[in-house]
Amino acid sequence: MIAYILRRLVSLGFVLLVVSALVFVLMNLVPGGPFTLADRGYSGAALENLERKYGLDKPIHVRYVNYLTSALQLDFGNSFSVAGNPPVSQLIARIWPVTFQLGAYTILLSFGLGISLGIVAAYHRNGLVDNLVTLVATAGIAVPNFIIATWFLLVFGFQNGWGVESKWIIGPITPGGAAILSWDYFLPVITYALAPLALVSRYTRSSFADVLTADFVRTARSKGLSERAIMLRHVLRNALIPMITVLLPQVPNLLTGSLFIEVVYGVPGLGKFFVTSIFNRDYPMIMGLVLLIALLWGLTYLITDILYTVIDPRIRLGESKGA
Amino acid sequence: MRAAQKELPLDQAERLEQRSLLRDALRRFLRNKLAMLGAIMLALLVLASVFADLVAPYGLNEVDFSIVRMRPFEDPEHILGGDGVGRDFLTRLIYGARTSLFVGLFVPLISFGFAVPLGAVAGYRGGLWDFGILRVIEIATAIPPLLFAMFLISITGAGLGNVIFVLAVTSWIEPARIARAQFLKFREAEFVLAARALGASESKIITLHILRNSLTPLLVSFTFAVPLAIFAEAGLSFLGIGITEPTASWGKMVGGSVKSSTVIVDYHLALFPTILVALTMLSFSFVGDGLQEALDPSRGD
Repeated sequence: MIAYILRRLVSLGFVLLVVSALVFVLMNLVPGGPFTLADRGYSGAALENLERKYGLDKPIHVRYVNYLTSALQLDFGNSFSVAGNPPVSQLIARIWPVTFQLGAYTILLSFGLGISLGIVAAYHRNGLVDNLVTLVATAGIAVPNFIIATWFLLVFGFQNGWGVESKWIIGPITPGGAAILSWDYFLPVITYALAPLALVSRYTRSSFADVLTADFVRTARSKGLSERAIMLRHVLRNALIPMITVLLPQVPNLLTGSLFIEVVYGVPGLGKFFVTSIFNRDYPMIMGLVLLIALLWGLTYLITDILYTVIDPRIRLGESKGA
Repeated sequence: MRAAQKELPLDQAERLEQRSLLRDALRRFLRNKLAMLGAIMLALLVLASVFADLVAPYGLNEVDFSIVRMRPFEDPEHILGGDGVGRDFLTRLIYGARTSLFVGLFVPLISFGFAVPLGAVAGYRGGLWDFGILRVIEIATAIPPLLFAMFLISITGAGLGNVIFVLAVTSWIEPARIARAQFLKFREAEFVLAARALGASESKIITLHILRNSLTPLLVSFTFAVPLAIFAEAGLSFLGIGITEPTASWGKMVGGSVKSSTVIVDYHLALFPTILVALTMLSFSFVGDGLQEALDPSRGD
């Protein structure tokens, strides 16, 4: 197992390398450069000087090798478009905590509520909670969160005055954002949690419902095992595989932010930043964020695979069939 | 001799069992009220979109300046009001079903058609196959869909076909991972071992035994993929790289209202398409649940 994990970590390094090369080429192939976009208004000598300053006049393979050598020394370059050209690593270190905190609360809320709702729904199929789960799952995905966010702002923000003193909604963007526990998180977290809540409750319900009708659960029941023992030892174990496959990747997904939530609530977060840097062709920012996301997801996939073998010891990783 | 003994009676028995299972499944599906409701709603939506020219009260691009941003239920001639440039909103919604159902149906179909076999191979074969496919999944995860879409569309140009292609290419990862996980889990299960010991062929084990037991999470994932595709199309249009005006699409109607305070003032412009997307998704959930229950004999009534 340790050998397998080590092998996976080495291969994750290889994946990061491939990703960096692919994205580097991809972003250079997308029409428009950081200073040539029409609204920048640079031309002639000014453009040439700017491109020389940022090294954009060199051929792409030279630029990639340069980027890679400095990235390997943990220097991810300086942002093109953010005022003052701060280093990418510094920018991410400043912005990510806000998104991370928002994401962490969202994960707690959506997973806690979603798993409980899903389990109750699976036990009482076609009951009240079950119908509620179907409703939540449909509404959470089918109603886009910028619509929900706008309604929330209207109802709670303007009419009830919630969040009026939020550092996010009014006033300038403060680097630290809100305090660790603050009402400022309330509306964004609730809005942000709806889609994952839909996913979590729906997958939990279907995974549990699938197992609850299995023969071994009936056997366990007829053996006279308590519901608790059946639930923990028989149902949970078998329901978890499809659940963690889909739900665990929600963790890196939520921790790296959402564009619409951040735009509507004025949260200075990573999601908005990522999209802006793509539109601004802020190459070092794009690369830095892509590598961060690749690392987070790669680790999540590895953890998922390890959990598979913990949950079901029959699962053998890294072996071919019958070997 | 041994082969004959093994094959003949088993094969017959299996075929008999299979036929009755399917007939059972159909009967159970037809008796399931929610599933039938979902199927009927879907059929209605599809029919309305196919025969939009006959069903829609006005022409797709007929403009009447007196109904610009008219609220719904004010004028029986334009029951759902008018949109921002004075087109009958009911008409727009019916034509929008064309684009949105097309995208919502074909994007998941294409991505699942590609992803499920891929994930199945990774999970079932294991070893180098799993290693290779997993690396591809990791790499594909890290490539920002927005960047990828901008790149692809800069080559292929906008248009419905290209939008579907782009969305399918960026949404295959989840179904592939689900299929992989299920095959990884079930390839060691007792019933697969039993089937193998009885001499069932690989293809039969894969389709009849493992795939059927893996259906639940895949169906759930499919029902989520439908609205996600509908809105992703809108996202591309929003960025100016999707389907262009005057083609109607539900996602675009909802997306269009993000720009202003439309969500609140002209609430119907966001509300009705959202309801339709929700109804479409709900129908898929009902049909998916019904299929699942129909195909699973242990959930008998």
